[in-house]
Amino acid sequence: MNSAALSNQEPKMVSMDMGQYRKRVLQLADVNIYYGAFHAVKDASLEIYEKQVTAFIGPSGCGKSTVLRSINRMNDMIPGATMHGSVFFHGENLYGLQVDPVLVRRRIGMVFQKPNPFPKSIYENIAWGARINGFTGNYDQLVEQSLKDAALWDEVKDKLKQNALRLSGGQQQRLCIARAIAVSPEVILMDEPASALDPIATGRIEELILELKKDYSIVIVTHNMGQASRVSDYTAFFMVDDHRTGYLQEYAPTEQLFLNPTHKKTEEYISGKFG
Amino acid sequence: MADTSAFGAVTEIQRFMDARKRLGLFWQVLFVFATVLAVLFLILLLGSILDSVFGYAVILNEVDPSTLIAGRDKLEDFSREELISVATERLSAGILRRVDYEEPLVERSDRDLRSLIEQYVIKPRALRTWGFAESMIHRDTVVSFMEENNGSYIVFKNWLTPEFIVADQSSDPLKAGIRTALLGSLWIILITLLFAFPIGVGAAIYLQEYARDNRLNRILQLNIFNLSAVPSIIYGLLGLAVFVRAMEPITSGSLFSNVIDNTANGRTILSGGLTLGLLVLPIIIINTQEALKAVPDSLRMSSYGIGATKWQTIWHQVLPVSIDRILTGTILALSRALGETAPLVVIGASTFISVDPAGIFSKFTTLPIQIYQWSARPQGAYRNIAAAAIVALLILLLVMNSVAIYTRDKIARKKRLEA
Repeated sequence: MNSAALSNQEPKMVSMDMGQYRKRVLQLADVNIYYGAFHAVKDASLEIYEKQVTAFIGPSGCGKSTVLRSINRMNDMIPGATMHGSVFFHGENLYGLQVDPVLVRRRIGMVFQKPNPFPKSIYENIAWGARINGFTGNYDQLVEQSLKDAALWDEVKDKLKQNALRLSGGQQQRLCIARAIAVSPEVILMDEPASALDPIATGRIEELILELKKDYSIVIVTHNMGQASRVSDYTAFFMVDDHRTGYLQEYAPTEQLFLNPTHKKTEEYISGKFG
Repeated sequence: MADTSAFGAVTEIQRFMDARKRLGLFWQVLFVFATVLAVLFLILLLGSILDSVFGYAVILNEVDPSTLIAGRDKLEDFSREELISVATERLSAGILRRVDYEEPLVERSDRDLRSLIEQYVIKPRALRTWGFAESMIHRDTVVSFMEENNGSYIVFKNWLTPEFIVADQSSDPLKAGIRTALLGSLWIILITLLFAFPIGVGAAIYLQEYARDNRLNRILQLNIFNLSAVPSIIYGLLGLAVFVRAMEPITSGSLFSNVIDNTANGRTILSGGLTLGLLVLPIIIINTQEALKAVPDSLRMSSYGIGATKWQTIWHQVLPVSIDRILTGTILALSRALGETAPLVVIGASTFISVDPAGIFSKFTTLPIQIYQWSARPQGAYRNIAAAAIVALLILLLVMNSVAIYTRDKIARKKRLEA
């Protein structure tokens, strides 16, 4: 990706937030997403900071997952989806003409709602992504390190050749996280990663997110407000208007959003009045 | 409370319940009846075919073997010297010269000599044949028929013998076999596979994975569905116009110098295979599309999510999990091609050839065509060899389908335990 692909003005690389400077990784500028004629998300603009966890919350149908998928251009894969606006990654527009979406997805990885390991061995689940991206190092080391980073190594080190689909749901989801970090992305997008898991497995995923925060910038979509308050540093609250179009209602540091929401809607949502 | 509820009195509930159960029982009986009927018809079909494969035949020899050498009743009792002397004395000069030219009599095996004498001297002829059931029930009619015909004798024939499989075509049903037809069928299926599998799977991958959902592609898809329902004889006409006539220089092989026999004029194995290839192409495309559709989108998404390209996703993720279904569908489509008769008749399959197909530019006949030809002949014994050929064709189909199921299970098992 080269900076010649820039279409809009170069945004500032740092911004001030509560008295401290944070490095900005991603900036969404006026993101509008349509599914066919349906306006799914309108005018979403926000910034994602390096090595922080940003949570997207909001009621069903508010477009939070849609915005998440626009960050690594997964929406390209959905027939009929169109996107207007820009997503800047280190100042470069990911929707520039010369940008290859495949390369975007390698640098901005994704973990899905339902654990979806490949129907291959545990080892191959991690090695494959590296191999197709042209990794030339030591695969055994890579697999071990990725599994350790995803807090799964101790559970699977003796059965690396076993089919990944034989793992439990929580283990599968951690394998998916290991698979995502094996191609060394900078940002990991998580689309409700724990919603299909039991409370214990959910707890382990949350611990893991806090651990991964040291090395990666994480954006997580969640329905669970407790989860958002436990793991995230920033929270974006999305709402849906009368035309069922989603929009960004409020974006603030998590503590501020939960304790002192600016908007009435935000307050109502986090206090459980609707959703 | 005791005898009424929101659903009415207990007795009413009971009566309503009985009516519901009766209705259920009625349908269940109907379904069982349908199944039994289907099985019955299948048994009837198989039975009538197998009935013709075994049974008595009354055979008349033109020359009785006991008259050839004094004191020897059967050909099997002849010594080698006696066989050679009979052959040299009784064979006509022309045949003797040709036989000698192919391989001198003295160098031939006893078995070979016996079959020569049988073919040219004894000349057995089936006067009449009976099915298995008739042979068992009306043995007396068989015997009385034999007694009416002087010099004839009864044998219990099994028409489906190893000799029947390896013998070539003959005008004598007692000696005719299906080797040329079997080889023709196998050659044609090979061409069909080589032609239809790559194109069919390729088209299915394009339609399912790449094609956008627009009007043009929807029309394309609709047409493929329609093509799979086109009667096979139409494909025969298409094959005749395109492969036999228009592409004659290619399909007859005259474009290429290495052709020995170009008397086929485009009515070759290549034309037949390509025609059947066209016939099964829509079936393979639809089967493969179904197999690809069954792969969950989450698998594709997870592959894209770690930076795989579209092709890497298809090749490494989608195809490995759908290959078993693709292969099963393909083999079932080939089974259909194996049994096709009409299109091959239209493009001009040979009805009587005793030369094995030597390659893709040879004339050909196939098992179904052979069966069709034999069953149309008036002489009774042809009915028996037609039945034997049907059984051979069924066995071939059974083997192919078994291979398909075995392959699918093996791949599926490997996927489950995959290392």
